[in-house]
Amino acid sequence: MNDIILETRGLTKHYGGVHALEGANFTVRKGEHVAIMGDNGAGKSTFVRQITGVEQRTRGEIIFDGNPVHFAGPLEARNAGIETVFQTLALADQLDVPDNLFLGREILKWKLGPFSILDYKAMRQRTLDALEKTGVKIPNIRGSIERMSGGQRQCVAIARTATFHSKLTIMDEPTAALGVQETAQVENIVRTLKEAGEPLILVSHNMRQVMDLVDRIVVFRRGRICANLKKEETNGEDVVAYITGAKTQPEYEDAA
Amino acid sequence: MADQASHGVGGLTFDKSKRSWPNEFNVFLALVLIILLFEALGQFLPYMNGQSMLFDFNEARDGSILNIARLKIIILQVAIIGIISLGVTQVIILGGIDLSSGPLVGATAMIVMSFAQTELVNGNPNPKAVFGLWAMDLAVIVPLIVGLAFGALIGSINGFFIAFARIPPFIATLGMFLICRGISQWWTKGQPVSFPTDSYAFIGTSMMPVVWFIGLAVLLHLIMRYTIYGKHTYAIGSNEEAARMSGINVRRHKVMVYMMASMLAAFAAIVLSSKNLTAQAGMGQFYELYAIAMAVIGGVSLTGGRGSIIGTVLGAMVFGVIQSGFTFIKLDAFYQLMAMGSIIIGAVVLDQWRQQRAVSKS
Repeated sequence: MNDIILETRGLTKHYGGVHALEGANFTVRKGEHVAIMGDNGAGKSTFVRQITGVEQRTRGEIIFDGNPVHFAGPLEARNAGIETVFQTLALADQLDVPDNLFLGREILKWKLGPFSILDYKAMRQRTLDALEKTGVKIPNIRGSIERMSGGQRQCVAIARTATFHSKLTIMDEPTAALGVQETAQVENIVRTLKEAGEPLILVSHNMRQVMDLVDRIVVFRRGRICANLKKEETNGEDVVAYITGAKTQPEYEDAA
Repeated sequence: MADQASHGVGGLTFDKSKRSWPNEFNVFLALVLIILLFEALGQFLPYMNGQSMLFDFNEARDGSILNIARLKIIILQVAIIGIISLGVTQVIILGGIDLSSGPLVGATAMIVMSFAQTELVNGNPNPKAVFGLWAMDLAVIVPLIVGLAFGALIGSINGFFIAFARIPPFIATLGMFLICRGISQWWTKGQPVSFPTDSYAFIGTSMMPVVWFIGLAVLLHLIMRYTIYGKHTYAIGSNEEAARMSGINVRRHKVMVYMMASMLAAFAAIVLSSKNLTAQAGMGQFYELYAIAMAVIGGVSLTGGRGSIIGTVLGAMVFGVIQSGFTFIKLDAFYQLMAMGSIIIGAVVLDQWRQQRAVSKS
């Protein structure tokens, strides 16, 4: 059985003359947690945007769950099972937790086109289940999101993945804007996902976090992948050397 | 399971008693305070001789101690603008604004009335006839459909320019404001249109405007609270980008909401022209501003995402009580305007202060 959930072959993105991403070959296996590291402008976010359909790639292939895919937009990627947690939280502040989890894919009681009746009870119950599963603690799920701390809000965004049994979760700098305690909270959820065997791509600048959480580290430099490191076989200093360009793995020589 | 007070792990709770104060409660409180203020003025102002605004202790004419006649007037005088404000509320929750509703009332009234005329007035041909005999004594459904279709047309044009051409709502609807005012004057070159059929006249007779207002308010409250239409309206007003990333068809939804608002304004025009038995080009002047004011007093936030139909209905009641109250204590209309203006500003200041406090507390 093929246990690769996501594979990219020669994934390339040019913005006019700027080669933001060049020939990225990348794989994630089922249950695997992979970190993407690299300096600012190394192509990490560009890479994520191609996978999630936010932008259309210049060339290359994306194979998700065994099939080549061409997502026209983030919604298609989400429907296919790729859940993305963005750095800028995509939450509606004035709505409560279940509303946000189910935004755009509400559970309905009766279908009447735009006037379909919502099934609040079912959405609340599934929200509680999802929060319990991820161990997220939120004082009152019926309160509006704007009254929650940054960590709680980030947890709500992440809890979506648990609610919809996504096949792959992508987190783009999930803790960049959070305090110490809140970061710990988010990291705990990531560990829960690991235990549940849900694959994850984590984009992060935080070396400690990456070393703590993931199985494998892929380093981007100037739009190319320059290293693919197992966590056990590397250390922080080593990774920094790859990020800064002091070292390049032999198989990625042509990237330097 | 979902309804128990505490649930599962750690701090994960769903506690009904901990649900935050509904915003509408404050508007209701303000309404009660304003009524009490007028009652107090009635008691203590020397020239009022201890009259009461809402109560009728001396002679319980209707078998009720409430002054039913005044209560009816209070709600009747805000019912028609209230219908408009139900639509404006949705537009503001969406994060937009609709300035075109007042002139739309004028234009719709003129057009609709032309299809609702009766052939003979006291045995003579209708002196205000707009069209030939073919448009006389039509079934009441014809003007209703014409009016709502015209509203839908104007609303969809508003929505199209706002959602697809990305013109700011303020500008798009300001343009439509002038266009509609022009249409209403052009339609008959300024001549009023009068003498509707009996069935058309029934739509706005006596307390019918109140029936429409309350009926529509209940219906729209349910729609905003329990349907996908309402949820997406709040979501877009709250965070348009998040709504788009969640897969909501933001543009289509915006067009729908503006259409809904304009159709409600058109319906208000039908009720108003039916009530007055005539349509004039200047009808609906300042209605758009009063409708916005009702929504704002009712706690609808101009930044979008916040507010409710119930709040707007209470806001309309505040409007009605103040108008009636000033008449009651025999103060001139210009004081009314000043007081109303102060209350609008005060309502927004209080609301913002409350929001900030609520956020900083948690």
